[in-house]
Amino acid sequence: MTMFSSRNWREYPQRYRMEAVKFKKSGLTFFPPRDIDPTNGDVECEKVNLPDIGKILTFTVVRIAPAQWGDVGPYGIAIVELADGTRLMGQMTDVDVNEIKIGMEVRVEFRRVQQEGHHGVLSYGYKFVPKWW
Amino acid sequence: MRTVCVVGVGMSKWGEVWKRSFRQLFVDAARNAIEESGVDHIDSLYVGCMSGGLFAGQEHVGAIMADYLGMPGIPAMRVESACASGGMSFRAALLDVGSGMSDIVMAAGVEKMTDIDGDEATAALATAADQEYEVFHGATFPGLYAMMAQAHMAKHGTTRQMLTAVSVKNHHNGSMNPVAQYPFKLKPETVENSVMVADPLRILDCSPITDGAAAVIVCTEEIAKKLGRPYLKVLGSGLATDTIQLAQRDDMTTIKSATLASERALKMAGKKISDIQCVEVHDCFTIAELMVLESVGLFEPGKAGMATVAGETALDGRIPVNPSGGLKSKGHPVGATGIAQIIEIYKQLTGQAENGRQITSSPTIGMTQNMGGSGASSVVHILEVAS
Repeated sequence: MTMFSSRNWREYPQRYRMEAVKFKKSGLTFFPPRDIDPTNGDVECEKVNLPDIGKILTFTVVRIAPAQWGDVGPYGIAIVELADGTRLMGQMTDVDVNEIKIGMEVRVEFRRVQQEGHHGVLSYGYKFVPKWW
Repeated sequence: MRTVCVVGVGMSKWGEVWKRSFRQLFVDAARNAIEESGVDHIDSLYVGCMSGGLFAGQEHVGAIMADYLGMPGIPAMRVESACASGGMSFRAALLDVGSGMSDIVMAAGVEKMTDIDGDEATAALATAADQEYEVFHGATFPGLYAMMAQAHMAKHGTTRQMLTAVSVKNHHNGSMNPVAQYPFKLKPETVENSVMVADPLRILDCSPITDGAAAVIVCTEEIAKKLGRPYLKVLGSGLATDTIQLAQRDDMTTIKSATLASERALKMAGKKISDIQCVEVHDCFTIAELMVLESVGLFEPGKAGMATVAGETALDGRIPVNPSGGLKSKGHPVGATGIAQIIEIYKQLTGQAENGRQITSSPTIGMTQNMGGSGASSVVHILEVAS
């Protein structure tokens, strides 16, 4: 899909800093942020940053990659549950794709994700790397 | 709501139909449905279409299709819910006739998917997922269902053999369907040696990219009786949504929208799931068929795979599933699929399924389940043959 710079820029707080929202009444955290708490309709919330440690709930290895990842495929992609219970999807990196497993501990790191549109504007964001520390 | 009936059905050729355009595919199916039903006019038209814009560079789908059907002036609109657009189009027609606004309505669906290349088609289909939080990170549709398959395998012990059994069964059924895109049988080893797309899903676990259209005529029972042709009564309709992102779901091994939609349709019909005698479900990937069968309650969670291996979902099984060949063998022109599911149930319940794929137990009640994206929308219909 052709993407546009303003569209990418709008997502910087989430892609660069993993900013989420925590609603006042329910105390629930949502990532990506929402304007309305789906559990009770609350709109009062505060900005919170997500932890950078989590574990893989499920994953796959994309072996037939879309054009913008033709140079990196095959690549792993996973749904990770972070230490605070929030979940997000992202690519795996710095890993042998055949060694990715459900339950694997990962850390969230800041990486290049893709090139945007025909002009090739670089888009950055989060990726997951296996625990190495 | 008054009783609504299905009186005539029609399909275009399905496959890589290079000689027929977006609008011509629709006209082919619509003419067949009108001819078969015997109606002399339609009061309004609904066209299910996921993305005329991205696949064919053409929006304003309701108007262009009414125009080329030779009926400019009639009320016509496009209905969209990603891959569930066809089922939603049928529901819109049901509401139109049921409410008394119209007496004879066409519910159609169309998608022209091969005028663009594979990368573009993959990107167009991916618009059914969350662009910023799934597709941006490299999620593809096989990738999303592969993640569900991995979770299902880890939780329930689902195996490669069970996925293979779905593909082999659907190709067996599709080999007897004259409109199927891939009307041939598959050996298990062919499925298991096919190229890996997204672990554990191989290319022969995936439904194809297809050009095609389908149309049905929906009307009041009074008109259906006058036409003197076999017809079905629509007993129930259920529609439900779920989070767009797979990551936000509590349980990734079940399709909650299918559960809710089937509960709503059964409640409206006054039926139990055990009353259903044949089903067409949305097998966009082999794992999807298993998850849907479990989600609508035809099988306990984790039990559909072994049942498929044991032949319980075959044409002569306890509950025949996808007698048409499903999306896997028949093809998946995304906007048309939901209507084609209704058409197969029409054929099975009226005893008109071709080439030996007629279910021999003569079912009288059938169900369709059509879903959008990774299950963020699902629409279910329950139909009964009029005696």
